[in-house]
Amino acid sequence: MDLMYLLMILALSVFLGFVMISRVPPLLHTPLMSEANAISGITLVGALIAAGSDVDSGFSIFLGTAAVALATYNVVGGYLITEKMLKMFKKKV
Amino acid sequence: MDVTLIINFTYIISCILFAFGLKMLGSPVTARKGNFLSMVGMLLAVVVTLFSKGILSYQWILLGIFLGASAGIFTAYRAAMTQMPETIALLHGFGGLASLLVDWSAYHNHPTTDPIITVSIFLSILIGGVTFTGSCIAWGKLSERIPGKSIKFPGMQFLNIGILIALLIGGVLFISNPLGSYPVFLTILILSFVFGVFLVIPIGGADMPVVISVLNSYSGLVACTTGFVIHNTVLIVVGALVGANGIILSIIMCKAMNRSLTNVLFGGFAAEVKKKGSAEKKEAKSISLEDAYLILEAAKSVVVVPGYGLAVAQAQHAVRELSEFLEKNGCEVRFAIHPVAGRMPGHMNVLLAEANISYDQLIEMEEINPMLDTVDVAIVIGANDVVNPAAEHDKTSPIYGMPIIEVYKAKTVFVLKRSMAPGFAGVENELFYNENTLMVFGDAKQSLQGLVAEFKSALV
Repeated sequence: MDLMYLLMILALSVFLGFVMISRVPPLLHTPLMSEANAISGITLVGALIAAGSDVDSGFSIFLGTAAVALATYNVVGGYLITEKMLKMFKKKV
Repeated sequence: MDVTLIINFTYIISCILFAFGLKMLGSPVTARKGNFLSMVGMLLAVVVTLFSKGILSYQWILLGIFLGASAGIFTAYRAAMTQMPETIALLHGFGGLASLLVDWSAYHNHPTTDPIITVSIFLSILIGGVTFTGSCIAWGKLSERIPGKSIKFPGMQFLNIGILIALLIGGVLFISNPLGSYPVFLTILILSFVFGVFLVIPIGGADMPVVISVLNSYSGLVACTTGFVIHNTVLIVVGALVGANGIILSIIMCKAMNRSLTNVLFGGFAAEVKKKGSAEKKEAKSISLEDAYLILEAAKSVVVVPGYGLAVAQAQHAVRELSEFLEKNGCEVRFAIHPVAGRMPGHMNVLLAEANISYDQLIEMEEINPMLDTVDVAIVIGANDVVNPAAEHDKTSPIYGMPIIEVYKAKTVFVLKRSMAPGFAGVENELFYNENTLMVFGDAKQSLQGLVAEFKSALV
């Protein structure tokens, strides 16, 4: 049942994604992509748990910490770059 | 109240914020607000996770966040607009690798026989590995650290098929016996890395918009499968959103080249390029900057068609200067943007926005085409295949069927180009030999600056 529940969430999210995004004009394709990239850094949530769980294995902590660093890089870099690009889209007054 | 309940409730709010953030990116007016909402969603999700029961110590988390955040700020601060394609490619890669490491750590700590988790781990490692090395290669090609051309060697197809079969066998072994299969797991990991390299290395520079979109989609998919591994719904939702986003962009890019995704990723133009026995050697007419200026000076409407060459020559500021002089002269200036111009989706828009060109002057291909026959001068800067009329009528041409910006309809066409060399597809561009086409040879930036100088000297 658990699987069915997760698959249901997946199906609805895919649908939501297509509905929300399919109308984005070509003008903003690059910021859209870097925004999507930034939120894919949500894997940070999983990385936090991996790095914070008190296990004995040093290797496991290393994996978790590296995942936290990479995901944070993805999130912070992604959002800031998106912001940097969006700031430039101006309309003449 | 139960902590888990609060966490899950916050995740729902985050998901809503992410979805709205993406939605608001649909218009330049709301886009920045959308980005901000999305950031709030991310912050909420991260902060609330820190309170989860599974987290017992914080020192490694803090170290990771400190390293990642400072590197992220540094990258974003340093990256110039001309470097956006490779920067985004690199970020995709690191996102994919982060997810992969989460799965690895999950497998390392709690190997389980649960088939759902095992299958998800296999898929995560496969997609995450391909995303990581594939993005690294894309980054190398886009930043010209490795040659941007298609790199192939004999037997490559067989090698790829071999790797794929090995991966499938590894997958079956791993899924049937996850507890005792650490070596198999590591083999899958390494093969996925190798596979990512081989998937991207044969793809040429002009197909990069598709590759980046596909990698974007993969970086979402791997977050999604990771969600299945660690039973985290926010990862599944966000992964699906990003996956859908990448797929939509890939489809748009492929349509704009009239090619299928399979053809772009596995075919390439190599097999199709053939010698065209054009017996009649036509002569292209060239024009001096002084004469080009005189034509522009009399023009009432001008359309600029930028291509990757504009980015290479870093001519975006020069073209803005020229457009300002033209407007002062009472001329209407618009920019016609082909969906696949440049090296990533929307590349030209970002570049021209950086040069302070108002975004309502940036016109999409479908919108500009019906208006082109009323245009006095079309200036093609560093674009080639996207303006080649052969795509419309020459069935033997490899780019036949690709939608183009129909500049040949304009009264006069200027083509700013270094030489007569063909474009990426290796196709001769018959536009250059048209009666109304005039070639302006030389570096695009210098030519544009020359035209600006003509306007300036006319003013004083």
